[in-house]
Amino acid sequence: MAVTIIIPTPLRQFAGGSAQLVFEANKVGDALDSLTTKYADLRKHLFNDQNVLRSFVNVYVNDEDIRHAQALETPVNDGDTVMIVPSIAGGKKKI
Amino acid sequence: MIILSQPHVEAINAHGERDYPYECCGLLIGRFAEDGSKEVVETFPISNAREEEAKRNRFLIRPEELLAGERAAMKKGLDVVGFYHSHPDEAAVPSRYDLDHAWPIYSYIVVSVGEGTARDLRSWEMEGDRSKFNPEEISKGQQ
Repeated sequence: MAVTIIIPTPLRQFAGGSAQLVFEANKVGDALDSLTTKYADLRKHLFNDQNVLRSFVNVYVNDEDIRHAQALETPVNDGDTVMIVPSIAGGKKKI
Repeated sequence: MIILSQPHVEAINAHGERDYPYECCGLLIGRFAEDGSKEVVETFPISNAREEEAKRNRFLIRPEELLAGERAAMKKGLDVVGFYHSHPDEAAVPSRYDLDHAWPIYSYIVVSVGEGTARDLRSWEMEGDRSKFNPEEISKGQQ
């Protein structure tokens, strides 16, 4: 299945400057694995050391948040769009 | 380098003071230049989405809010170039938590608000390998 991954602005420099890329995949996780195999520097921004999607990285398949579906096991179909969208979080030391 | 006019500085300071003792946050809308510098054209306050008990030391901008800001910026031919947030009664220096949650490229402006008064405003950029934040020069633009 050919799916299009939309790369957010801050990560395009790690993806050859591309705003979107097409990969063959059956599940969201496969598409992201293909993306981060081709562009290895992207991986640390999307996954933590335990290989889990970072909490402030949101992934949508055709506007549906994969956390509300089957997470990285969410199936994808030909022509689907996988969108990576940042949440912005931070704050001072614990009080 | 980030170009920031005095009215933008005042708007960020005022937001930090208004939301004290909670953390405030917002988007920096503007332009990326070819040389990697950024120019802020407008600030876009966001309501801190963290739960009440966490707002004193945490902020959250939800993805749908960022997308709305990006779309509004795009209509004007602009981009989201970074974010600002306040550190109530704490230095304008990013925390470990800030680093753990940061994105490359963007500017992170932190304003220190001590006892309700904005005291110090600094800008930071994360190193591409996520190892640290580097101070970013603030150039006071015209406006």
